[in-house]
Amino acid sequence: MAEETHPIGLQIRAGTKVYPGTVALKSADFDLRMGAVNVLVGENGAGKSTMMKVIAGVEQLTSGSILIDGIEVHLGSTEDAARHGIGIVFQELNLFPNMTVADNIFINREKTRFGIDIDRAQQREETRALMRRLEHDIDPDTLVGDLKVGQQQIVEIAKSLAQDARILILDEPTSALSAAEVEILFRVIDELKRDGVGIVYISHRLEELIRVGDYITVLRDGVITGARSMEGVDIPWIVLNMIGDASKDFPKTIDHPFGEEVFRAEDVYLPNTSGGFSVNGVSMALRAGEILGVYGLMGAGRTEFVETAMGRYPHARGKFYVDGKEAKSAHVSDRIKLGLAIIPEDRKQDGLVQILSIRENMTLSSLGDLSKMGHLDVKREKTTVVDYVKQLVIKIASPENPVSSLSGGNQQKVVIGKALMTKPKVLLMDEPSRGIDIGAKAEVFRVMRQLAAEGLGIIFVTSDLEEVLGLSDRIIVMSNGRITGEFTKESATETALISASAVGHAVSHEHKETAR
Amino acid sequence: MTATNEQAPIEGNSSALLLLLKARTFIALILVTVFFAVFAPNFLSAANMVIMSKHVALNAFLAIGMTFVIVSGGIDLSVGSIVGLCGMVAGYLVLNGIDLGLGWSIQFNTLEICLMVIAVGVFIGAINAFLITKLNVAPFIATLGTLYVARGAAMLSSDGRTFPNLNGNPDYGSDSFRWIGTGDILGIPVSIWMLVAVGILAAYIANRTPLGRFIYAVGGNERAAGLSGVKVTRVKYFVYMFSGFCGALVGIIISSQLVAAHPATGDTFELNAIAAAVLGGTSMAGGRGKIGGTIVGAFVIGVLSDGLVMMGVSSFWQTVIKGLVIIAAVVIDQAQQRVQARVALQQQAAIGQ
Repeated sequence: MAEETHPIGLQIRAGTKVYPGTVALKSADFDLRMGAVNVLVGENGAGKSTMMKVIAGVEQLTSGSILIDGIEVHLGSTEDAARHGIGIVFQELNLFPNMTVADNIFINREKTRFGIDIDRAQQREETRALMRRLEHDIDPDTLVGDLKVGQQQIVEIAKSLAQDARILILDEPTSALSAAEVEILFRVIDELKRDGVGIVYISHRLEELIRVGDYITVLRDGVITGARSMEGVDIPWIVLNMIGDASKDFPKTIDHPFGEEVFRAEDVYLPNTSGGFSVNGVSMALRAGEILGVYGLMGAGRTEFVETAMGRYPHARGKFYVDGKEAKSAHVSDRIKLGLAIIPEDRKQDGLVQILSIRENMTLSSLGDLSKMGHLDVKREKTTVVDYVKQLVIKIASPENPVSSLSGGNQQKVVIGKALMTKPKVLLMDEPSRGIDIGAKAEVFRVMRQLAAEGLGIIFVTSDLEEVLGLSDRIIVMSNGRITGEFTKESATETALISASAVGHAVSHEHKETAR
Repeated sequence: MTATNEQAPIEGNSSALLLLLKARTFIALILVTVFFAVFAPNFLSAANMVIMSKHVALNAFLAIGMTFVIVSGGIDLSVGSIVGLCGMVAGYLVLNGIDLGLGWSIQFNTLEICLMVIAVGVFIGAINAFLITKLNVAPFIATLGTLYVARGAAMLSSDGRTFPNLNGNPDYGSDSFRWIGTGDILGIPVSIWMLVAVGILAAYIANRTPLGRFIYAVGGNERAAGLSGVKVTRVKYFVYMFSGFCGALVGIIISSQLVAAHPATGDTFELNAIAAAVLGGTSMAGGRGKIGGTIVGAFVIGVLSDGLVMMGVSSFWQTVIKGLVIIAAVVIDQAQQRVQARVALQQQAAIGQ
């Protein structure tokens, strides 16, 4: 293929990285081509992130070399890497929630007047220009902590763009973005490619990789198992190289009959700070054994809806019924008693207490059941945890290890285990597959299917079309806080879902106040 | 699980190192005790042990309450002042009872006095919790405020004077007040028995009750704890009220030991309590800490200061040494965290994940 149009900008030769106890990268040879999208794929723990950290100067190779434009370089720190024009957007966002968008974008490279004070006006102006380029309407003076995860990801990308990076590494940039935002990101990527920027693109969404990539490198257990130009690459080829011979299909079990209605929400309103409503008159019902997919763009109010159902926002209006009983108290613990359980979108922030052990995390919601008169039956707790670990196939060395030592997929299973231990009737899952590898994803979906078959009602929120179509018995589409479409498994098509998710979106760019 | 037993010898080394690091406070206690046993005459005598343990007990009470507060992600600066105020309340009740203003007053026996004093301490703790949870004041500021308020109230209660001669009155049943600070059961001072009781209670709460688990969860990640159904507000009320309770106990014990109540009692005690908790491995970031560790930490500080006094080291040097020990403890604690994380990751890597 057009080798000369895509010159190699950066090379890793015989790169090996050893961590205490594991070899994360085994003599990898990697070519990064400029003016093209270099896709990197592999399961979690395959070594993608390690390789990118090496390129970004976060980690140093144990042995092997890095060459930029054919000259060997030493990237001892992120500053070294930035000097060579390498920018990275990490999967785990590195932003300061207590600072504004503009401050974050220009962190450590502040625009100053005569080298003394910060020129806020100029920073604001450049931030606006960047946001225009990314087609996002984020005010430079908003605190990053007030933004949704997807918007934060946009800020991260803007930060790299502001540094005029020649090589841009995007580690799962779309994991929290909706279809429309992914389109915008792809347009930005195309533009960067034309400018000759070499892009490394890591993602678990295979269709996306095939669409956007020019070259592909597949990693498995720290070894590069396949590297070629994207021409002729299809999903089976990628999967074969990623996980050997296992296939990746959503587990479609035989249909089971649905039970009685287990959950109903009536006229739920959640006011937001800008005077409108994040959730605007949403009503929905769910039957036992049913999987209801809630699809929509970022900021459509899906997360807010499930969190309202869980009792997180005391100022929300609306009625919730579980198994015919109305949820009167707004406190989370009472909602749990009623039979609701949530798998939050942000595992790290809302799902787990990182400092505590796996066992302590799993039982956190159900300690009442494990104790008598305030006395905790630790022995029973331990056996229960072991049961759930087996049932959910969580790979752990010991339940006493801190939960932070686990990979994303296993952490997610711990969160699911915690929710299941409360013996819920309805499970609210917010982006359950976010940031976990394909193998773990398939297992999470298998668990969801199995739970539904056992009679649990599941509402799951996702921005992934394939997921929502493959898993749901029924699909509700939300946009701007409202329900804009409802589909059965048969009537749902990709185009129908996308158009429903875009309802009222052109308007929202101008003003959100008209929402009610 | 079985995987841990089949590790390579390299990991055996880090496991041994980890064990050593985990027991560091205990090792430090043994080292200082041995050191003073050699260099300070009469250090190991029974009489000295009793005196020393009485000193340590006061700090240990406060440190236990402080440990809960710090583990929950907060800080309680007001305990020293609670000690002072509660001592004054106890002194006032022993001397005067409650004057109804009609020429006669209600007098109380020792138990009633203790309960009322404890109620005062718990109430101040509840105010702290109210400020922190309902009014969203940062724990540092809220308890700094109550520190001043309680200290001022203690001064006001006697115009800064001491309540002397708290011998109580046999007619009212308050003559046993002195026994709390000076009496003993089976040759061991009452305050030590109380420390054992409170220590066991606190350790039980921390390890064997949902409440204890909630304290750790709230300190580790308040949002996640809330979404898991933990009643965060209630947990915070408990830790601050428990800390107030510990402060009240110390106030009672000190005024009983001295047979007098002085409003400046307990000044800067909160710092010693924090030091003991940190020395015992409590993380100021919340979520991590053990009652046992804290008690050992309190003993290290107590043995160190009493031993240095017996060796005739100047009190200025004592202060310097105490500070160095605290810093060293935290540095070692960081090392422990690193080793611990590494061991966990190795185990995880060993099962191919």
